[in-house]
Amino acid sequence: MQTSAQNAQNLTSRLANPTRFMSLSATLLPWIGGLAAALIAIGLYLAFFSAPPDYQQGHTVKIMFIHVPSAWLAMGGYLLVAVSSFGLFVFRHPLADVSAKAAVPLGAAFTFLALVTGALWGRPMWGAYWVWDARLTSVLILFFLYLGLMALRSSLDDEALAGKLTAILALVGVVILPIIKFSVDWWNTLHQPASVLRIGGPSIHASILVPLLVMAAGFTFAFIAMHLMAMRNEILRRRVKALTLAEVSRASSSVPAGAKG
Amino acid sequence: MDLGPHAVFIIASYALVAIVMLALVAWLVLDGRRHQRALDALEARGVRRRSHTGEQAR
Repeated sequence: MQTSAQNAQNLTSRLANPTRFMSLSATLLPWIGGLAAALIAIGLYLAFFSAPPDYQQGHTVKIMFIHVPSAWLAMGGYLLVAVSSFGLFVFRHPLADVSAKAAVPLGAAFTFLALVTGALWGRPMWGAYWVWDARLTSVLILFFLYLGLMALRSSLDDEALAGKLTAILALVGVVILPIIKFSVDWWNTLHQPASVLRIGGPSIHASILVPLLVMAAGFTFAFIAMHLMAMRNEILRRRVKALTLAEVSRASSSVPAGAKG
Repeated sequence: MDLGPHAVFIIASYALVAIVMLALVAWLVLDGRRHQRALDALEARGVRRRSHTGEQAR
């Protein structure tokens, strides 16, 4: 009987073949995308027609239903980049760099959404769009880290070298994740402490917690679907590049020696 | 639906999330189509991967 670790290893090795990944992801994508759309639709219904106004925040609590999932995915996206980068160095998995590269713009987009929706919540609740609070500042650093990963990769022509250098930066930058998570405990912040992922369970009433978790699940499946799409695009781009080089090489080798400049 | 005195902040937040998520999906779909078209054009010219055995990896 196979252990769960063996099963996971078999799945990982089966997915190491990009062609097999393309085939499997094409089958899974419509289901994951459909599930994401359904969960987000249910979440929106619960957010606007079921969840009551918060006793302190009033209707502004509705912003939390999109702010919190965006913030979780900002961090989850970076964790995915870091794990993929680890996979590139340790397991030399053929899809590790593809996964890391595909996750970066998505993580950056959700970090941007977390920052801006947080600002739009902060203005009516705190009286300010922005404060240099430890949580807000550390998430802003995460956003710059994502931009740095994209800039570093695009600044190098050698794709293999770009992948390795980006992976090193991603692994060094992973230190930002515990700083973000525990910033509200380590420092005095205006940002409230954890109220869902905390020891002792969530401190939010079910009428607010359920729409939040449904939206978080919907956003997560949307992220997974977009990540699969981005990975498929990157595999296609690499195939196009390889075939273009093969075509150029074939054309130059078929030119008679005397005709070469 | 009454969203209270801060309705503009709520609507702006949801509109921004919708715009960014739809833009991401549109970019991914268009980017995928562009690469697929380029790959099809190369294969139509007879340039194929060594591992290509006739299966369509779509």
